[in-house]
Amino acid sequence: MASNKHYEKFKSNGSVGGNVLEWIDARFPLTSTIKGHLTDYYAPKNFNFWYFFGSLALLVLVLQIVTGIFLVMNYKPDANLNESGIPIAFASVEYIMRDVSGGWLIRYLHSTGASAFFVVVYLHMFRGLLYGSYRQPRELLWVFGTLIFLCLMAEAFMGYLLPWGQMSFWGAQVIINLFGAIPVIGPDLSTLIRGDFVVGDATLNRFFSLHVIAVPLILIGLVAAHLVALHEVGSNNPDGIEIKANLDEHGNPRDGIPFHPYYTVKDIVGVVAFLFVFSIVVFFAPEGGGYFLEYNNFYQADPLKTPSHIAPVWYFTPFYSVLRAIVWPILGIDAKFWGVVGMGASVVIIAFLPWLDRSPVKSIRYRGPIFKGALTIFVIAFFILGYLGTQPPSYAGEKISQVCSLIYFGFFLLMPWYSKIDKYTIPPERVTD
Amino acid sequence: MKMKSFFAALIMVPALAFASGAEVHLDKAPNVQGDNAALQNGARLFVNYCQSCHGASFIRYEKLMELGLSEQQIKDNLMFTGDKIGDTMKIAMRPDEAKKWFGATPPDLTLIARARASSDGSGADWLYTYLRSFYKDDARPTGWNNVVFANVGMPNMLWQLQGVQALEIVKEESGKEHHKLVLVEPGQLTPEQFDKQVADLVGFLVWMGEPGAGYRKAVGVGVLIFLAVLFVSAYALKKNYWKDIH
Repeated sequence: MASNKHYEKFKSNGSVGGNVLEWIDARFPLTSTIKGHLTDYYAPKNFNFWYFFGSLALLVLVLQIVTGIFLVMNYKPDANLNESGIPIAFASVEYIMRDVSGGWLIRYLHSTGASAFFVVVYLHMFRGLLYGSYRQPRELLWVFGTLIFLCLMAEAFMGYLLPWGQMSFWGAQVIINLFGAIPVIGPDLSTLIRGDFVVGDATLNRFFSLHVIAVPLILIGLVAAHLVALHEVGSNNPDGIEIKANLDEHGNPRDGIPFHPYYTVKDIVGVVAFLFVFSIVVFFAPEGGGYFLEYNNFYQADPLKTPSHIAPVWYFTPFYSVLRAIVWPILGIDAKFWGVVGMGASVVIIAFLPWLDRSPVKSIRYRGPIFKGALTIFVIAFFILGYLGTQPPSYAGEKISQVCSLIYFGFFLLMPWYSKIDKYTIPPERVTD
Repeated sequence: MKMKSFFAALIMVPALAFASGAEVHLDKAPNVQGDNAALQNGARLFVNYCQSCHGASFIRYEKLMELGLSEQQIKDNLMFTGDKIGDTMKIAMRPDEAKKWFGATPPDLTLIARARASSDGSGADWLYTYLRSFYKDDARPTGWNNVVFANVGMPNMLWQLQGVQALEIVKEESGKEHHKLVLVEPGQLTPEQFDKQVADLVGFLVWMGEPGAGYRKAVGVGVLIFLAVLFVSAYALKKNYWKDIH
């Protein structure tokens, strides 16, 4: 600690503040942590628009946790009916919306926050694709990120059951039934998940527990690991070159600037801009056109009334389309099982990106036309899959989602070849603007 | 062959999208939010015509004061049972009994305007069209059927106001058939007057779905103005810090 500049400064100062910090630093790495992760953490100076979404994801995580804490104070995970024949869980959400002071705002922040979380995370992941942020030495950082994405999906799925509306109930019913397609253990597994033979009070209670305790704990742990890994290897940048390869006389990257204050003040701009768009939804369109809060979910859950069309929330629809695209029984096992495998694989395959990409360069700026074309087609296919997932099943939809699923998997599985033969230009030594 | 059917499928996409749309055209419901006289009239209609079977169990009677009514006015005109002003507008009929009597439990209507929204139109549009689309059908136990909600269990509660409609099948020259509702027995109100009453009732149902919607938007304007100002200063701060970074 003696080599710590701040420490020396405060020591000679002799003020109480200095002494307190001195006392703490001898027992806890306070100054060195702040320096290591903020004031002396050098980030590339050429971050662009796409680099806002990591800090925004962290912001939304905090928002979800804080609003969640207040929602739990009045929400009741109880599927039993009250004297008006309305499930207590459903009624408690409306109680929050109407009778709890500011409850409507907290609830809309939480429900809009769920969609916002996926918006920023999808953009954050797309940034990784653009600039090769998953490449060596950031493989583990990327794998942690994929695990965060998986956790987020579980968190969102279980949270969606809690309002106990028609879509909550039937969405959960459909997804949990999918596990029943797994050979041998399937039926027992889905009973284990539900805690009952049908989605019911037991399911609601365990999903509540997992949604507010188990998954958030894992999520926070993974986010911490994601950040530690990031600060260990340093951030990538739009040029995809290592700023640590070019150090000044103090051993700091010439193309780097301290995260604090430079990126803290910049991220504040991003945060305010994000909150502006976020507030437009929260205050003027909290239903998000039926995509953020599905209209059918304003009906209480009714196990005896199956909705004519069950659609997952928008952020699951691309993967749901992959599931529905697989319609052939293989090896004598039901097509539903292979659909589940396909859906699972479409998420898990993202984690393998670092080992699939064989291009000599990281950033799309220096890649050739093949990768640029592949990424464009991939994004289009992803959007089409997402759209089709919101629609009722149809013959045309099935055929198109099969083609798009092939494109989706082709983007990953063919990458070792097309990324290798693609043209590229040599990136510059120093970052560009 | 496979390829052919795939392209055929591609061509069919717009047609299928159309087929999955509304079979019944929904009329646009007039927006009466903020019009307290209309919403008070809607509340009166709701209490008189709907609340015998449908509860509004998330709305407290005292909430109606936000529509410009006094506590005494609510007690005198809108409360017929021994309820207290702080009670919710629920009904005495038990859900299980209602199911026995009507075949289906009449749903709670607090959220109906939000639940009925779809890609075909807003929940208000659906309700506005539905409540005006009843016709006489002797095949139904109640004697009523509905164009928007076929074989609905609910009778036409507003028939004395509206009169009796019949369903006519109109055959076009091209051989196409379409349905048309014709007023065969006039009610107490003219069709224009009746539409206005339904619009007020629907307006009240929309208001019940989220009584705080107006307040929410008002707060939202303030929030956006604050964020816009904050953005300017945040951007200036960033510019100032970054002026030496090249």
